[in-house]
Amino acid sequence: MELKLERIEQRVGAEACLYPLDLTLVPQAVTVLLGATQAGKTTLMRVMAGLDAPSKGKVLADGVDVTGRSVRERNVAMVYQQFINYPSMTVADNIGSPLRLRREKDVAARVRELAAKLHIEPFLDRLPAELSGGQQQRVALARALAKNAPLMLLDEPLVNLDYKLREELREELSQLFAHGGSTVVYATTEPTEALLLGGYTAVLDAGELLQYGPTAEVFHRPASIRVARAFSDPPMNLVAAEASASGVTLPGGVALALALPAGGSSPLTVGIRAGALRVQPRAGDLTLAGKVELAEISGSDTFLHVETPIGELVAQLTGVHQFTLGEPVTLHLDPRQAYVFDAAGALLRAPVRE
Amino acid sequence: MKPVNQKAWLLILPVIVCVAFSAILPLMTVVNYSVQDIISPERRVFVGTEWFKSVMRDDDLQGALLRQIGFSFSVLLVEIPLGIALALSMPAKGWKASAVLVLVAISLLIPWNVVGTIWQIYGRTDIGLLGAALARLGFAYSYTGNATHAWLTVLLMDVWHWTPLVALLCYAGLRAIPDAYYQAASIDGASKLAVFRYIQLPKLRGVLMIAVLLRFMDSFMIYTEPFVLTGGGPGNATTFLSQYLTQKAVGQFDLGPAAAFSLIYFLIILLLCFILYNWMQRVGTADKEPGHG
Amino acid sequence: MAQIELDLAHAYKPNPRSDEDYALLPLKMSFADGGAYALLGPSGCGKTTLLNIVSGLVKPSQGRVRFDGVDVTARTPQQRNIAQVFQFPVIYDTMTVAENLAFPLRNRGVPADRIAKRVGQVADMLELSGQLHQRAAGLAADAKQKISLGRGLVREDVSAVLFDEPLTVIDPHLKWQLRRKLKQIHQELKLTLIYVTHDQVEALTFAEQVVVMTRGRAVQIGNASELFDRPQHTFVGHFIGSPGMNFLPAEANDEGLRVAGFRVAAAAPGLRGPLTLGVRPEYVTLAPAEADGAVRATVTKAQDIGTYWLVTAQIGDDAASVIRARLSSHGPVPKAGEAVWLRIVGPRTCFYGADQTLVEGVAA
Repeated sequence: MELKLERIEQRVGAEACLYPLDLTLVPQAVTVLLGATQAGKTTLMRVMAGLDAPSKGKVLADGVDVTGRSVRERNVAMVYQQFINYPSMTVADNIGSPLRLRREKDVAARVRELAAKLHIEPFLDRLPAELSGGQQQRVALARALAKNAPLMLLDEPLVNLDYKLREELREELSQLFAHGGSTVVYATTEPTEALLLGGYTAVLDAGELLQYGPTAEVFHRPASIRVARAFSDPPMNLVAAEASASGVTLPGGVALALALPAGGSSPLTVGIRAGALRVQPRAGDLTLAGKVELAEISGSDTFLHVETPIGELVAQLTGVHQFTLGEPVTLHLDPRQAYVFDAAGALLRAPVRE
Repeated sequence: MKPVNQKAWLLILPVIVCVAFSAILPLMTVVNYSVQDIISPERRVFVGTEWFKSVMRDDDLQGALLRQIGFSFSVLLVEIPLGIALALSMPAKGWKASAVLVLVAISLLIPWNVVGTIWQIYGRTDIGLLGAALARLGFAYSYTGNATHAWLTVLLMDVWHWTPLVALLCYAGLRAIPDAYYQAASIDGASKLAVFRYIQLPKLRGVLMIAVLLRFMDSFMIYTEPFVLTGGGPGNATTFLSQYLTQKAVGQFDLGPAAAFSLIYFLIILLLCFILYNWMQRVGTADKEPGHG
Repeated sequence: MAQIELDLAHAYKPNPRSDEDYALLPLKMSFADGGAYALLGPSGCGKTTLLNIVSGLVKPSQGRVRFDGVDVTARTPQQRNIAQVFQFPVIYDTMTVAENLAFPLRNRGVPADRIAKRVGQVADMLELSGQLHQRAAGLAADAKQKISLGRGLVREDVSAVLFDEPLTVIDPHLKWQLRRKLKQIHQELKLTLIYVTHDQVEALTFAEQVVVMTRGRAVQIGNASELFDRPQHTFVGHFIGSPGMNFLPAEANDEGLRVAGFRVAAAAPGLRGPLTLGVRPEYVTLAPAEADGAVRATVTKAQDIGTYWLVTAQIGDDAASVIRARLSSHGPVPKAGEAVWLRIVGPRTCFYGADQTLVEGVAA
């Protein structure tokens, strides 16, 4: 289904929940809605589903205006964060309920097929309350898949699960989405999840749609500082800077040799991703001598907080490195890896990807 | 803003008709009577606001109003703290909880005129347990002869009848408090009083609001129980507003003043509830928390 | 601050007969004074039960808890001088931030001027000084958690601060700041801190020693590099790391080491019989064709994760032999469908026996 939102606006009383936005979802692909809590993801999903009518604007499904239609008439499947299942029906009945509503034949066989896909076959005769959180969410997912709706909405479905369980289910979800034919919309607060799911990402912040595009694109070329902030884990290092004749001057008089496109005037903001800072030097690097403030080891990476002449920076180093507090350390940065944002926060320059 | 469903209107049409027939039309009739002098079913004279004025000046009415206000506030003063205390001492889990809940709720299930009759017999000094015990102890107890005794007996009867409602509401409210709050308070070294004051009472705010509103409205309209118990006596010591109103309308067939008065009565309750509700809401909104999106 | 020793077990029923009857299988553990520890494991593994036993909210069905050598098993959390921070912020709605922080001290009868000083110190540490006179109920979730934490820190004689998944309700970018704050507090105050979580990043960044638990059992206790480079149990290899360790069935005999049907390398002495080979995606690298220790695989998926590429490949023709590699964005990255050689036997490769534990003393 091609879902198109035209000039959608949502107000609750005098407050605006969603500022005017246009969004056309790429059909049969996964679109991730990325944003902090209260950014408007759930509100937007409810408008897409038809649970709420927008204060202004139109919703078009395959070119047909469905704005006023109730959700019951639209063909939508939805999965919530709270593992919602019919508590008094067995797992098999839960999964089969949309099939029975459509009066389909062979419900039992389809139910078994879906249960096998989601690894919950042994639980078909149990009640949802007897299952663990992850299993309950699988039942909810199976029910959504059974409906085989052209539009599937998932509102942070994995947020109440264990880290490891989240990883496993996310893998399975990616595969299920790839083989299904529905347009999928998946809301999340975690940038890593967006990157792992791939597809397309729409970044929301405080009710505004900031950017929509292929996930890797949005990540590597954020249109503004707000997008860069929302779509970074660990957070992007942002440093105030001035435009100069040779390029960009960072605080402390440190010069960054970069050619700025026309329109680059002070004041600027320079963004440096944590992964772009290294301890090994390479030719052409900008060197920043600093002191270690904190070293956080997260298994495969070490996050180093360093006090440098241009401010406090966080560097992400691969592998486990032991640092002592106050130890002097030199960080290296390839100037071409820096992002430059203009005075209004819009992107002026992003690193070129090979 | 939800999409509109036209078919819903058809489904509730029968209900609208019933409500109109049993409530709205009679209300209109009352308004009609309140501005007329009904000398006899055929002769009616329009008198404007005269009934309203005379009702406001009526001494008997003012007396009944004062007694009523006194009664309602006494009821709240006793029942709310008592209900909270009862809820705090009820067990939280297990078969004991179910047993206690049933026991506590029994007095709520008794028809109201039977409640009056129970206490009527209970208070008799010859065959009533309470009356006989008090007489044995040397008190000259008589709810038919002594005005203060009558008041206290009516109050006691209401407390016995309705405190369980407050207790049940508070009990439900207490069960909704997550365990972690008690654990944190115990870790903080808080005394039982501090736990009550800083955790339980604030979290019961919503429930208490409902309890206060319900008990206030019901006590302000109380009729059956005191009527059966004391008949309004001795004299008019326990004649509260609704009984006064009924006496005037049915007993004396003064439909005009009675209608005028019942409208005033309705507005008083509405006004007091509005004030009470808004006050409690305002105290509550100061603590409004931002939700999760 | 105290040194905590545990020698206990906790069963659901009075007469436990099998492993399933235990919430916590018999364990012996000690937490050094001033150390930062994490209890890491999936839900249902018993970590919250263990934390509640340490704090005194739960009494173990058998065994003892000792603080500085003194048996405290029968004592309440108050008596043990424990501070605990829960999953969701627990604050007193009717009080201001300053009153919230002062509450534990007031209950202990500390004089007012000392309370004010201590509250000021703790508020400074947690960056709450600007909000001291605001009503606690109106603040955001992370500020409320800081208040919960502050109530624990404000007592100068607190023996240990226990955390039960405290960052659950916090936004991802605020989690960063709070984690840093916790680490700084640990360095400044040198308190004994025990942190329960199912998130390995939280556990590894916060703690000096992590206790990895599953199904009531502590499977390994170690620091971040030990758990990462030499997991003692396949569960640790799987649970730590995102994604977890790759496990492949292997067979070692005199002719060499065979993995998924290919002879990969010479088998080191001490390695014989059926084994499980474990290698982390971070240590799987592209290798030249026919290199020692490498296998041939076909790439099924290559994902750009921003700071690295996650490559999933299938070894040989067996669809179940899947291997994942984390490759840097700076080097060459294969595309889906390409055939590559991946080095899987290296200095950080581990071998596991039939009981899922590490075969010791093997250097590949």
